[in-house]
Amino acid sequence: MRRSLDFSFAMKAKIIITPKKAVVDPQGKTVQNALAHMGYTGVGAVHVGKYLEIELAESDKEVARRQIDDACHKFLSNPVIEDYQFEIE
Amino acid sequence: MNFAVLQFPASNCDQDAVHVLRNVLGHSARLLWHKENSLGGADAVIIPGGFSYGDYLRTGAIARFSPVMEAVQTFAANGGLVLGICNGFQILCEAGLLPGALIRNRSLQFRCEQVFLKTITTDSPFTRLVPPEKLLRLPIAHGEGCYFADEETLAKLSAGNQILWRYVSVQGEATESANPNGSLDNIAGICNEGRNVAGLMPHPERASEPILGCADGRLIFESLIHALKQRPAARTAA
Repeated sequence: MRRSLDFSFAMKAKIIITPKKAVVDPQGKTVQNALAHMGYTGVGAVHVGKYLEIELAESDKEVARRQIDDACHKFLSNPVIEDYQFEIE
Repeated sequence: MNFAVLQFPASNCDQDAVHVLRNVLGHSARLLWHKENSLGGADAVIIPGGFSYGDYLRTGAIARFSPVMEAVQTFAANGGLVLGICNGFQILCEAGLLPGALIRNRSLQFRCEQVFLKTITTDSPFTRLVPPEKLLRLPIAHGEGCYFADEETLAKLSAGNQILWRYVSVQGEATESANPNGSLDNIAGICNEGRNVAGLMPHPERASEPILGCADGRLIFESLIHALKQRPAARTAA
């Protein structure tokens, strides 16, 4: 039997969180070194971040945008060390 | 004195902290589950080490929104003494009670070893009884203990005498090789502007009895107890 859903998720937020440029990113540096070691030439700085997808029941895109921006600022990213960007679709 | 030791899902140094406060130092200490929204009249709060909420998203990021942390915010705003150890330090930074952040160790390795700490100032409730020239030998066990803050914040920490401990060599020098995680300025622990909230990555609760090889950690807890005895009671009751 299929469970009925309370919501239909009209929209989806796609969020990318990356370390700030001023923050040392040893993970990115290690990946960069590994790429060079594997023979990939011309590879510059690598930054390892996070990607989140969040389903949203909200149907007003502007409301959803504000909600996600607030959540990114307060919780999903740490403004001391990270930047974020997102799109709602 | 009456200590509250917070307990989050995946805290794992909570029992050690209670043991030291109760059995080694002879004070009252009780565990406080993260869903509590009152500190039950505690005189001071210890936020212990561990991996609260599996370190999901970022270390301390989820724990800081638990009900008990709202009570801690109020307690701290009223001048209550709060000490965060390891994951507790990470939680305090995420909560904005301490400036900066703790990020992945520069080496990308989880470091589990003994370090030496120099106490930079005894002008805090957490360091008052540490003899100024004494280096503290304490264990660390963390993967994300690299202290980071922007230049402005670092300058403010330094000017405000808020850096409490630095990682140093056995000679007492803050060298790069004595820095286990890449922390800026070898910072191992700091306090807030009000000097009532502090955090450090090393574990004083794991080094407070001679049978464990070193009892230097006691000095931090004894400083805290000394400070509590000096304060008017119930001022910060929450």
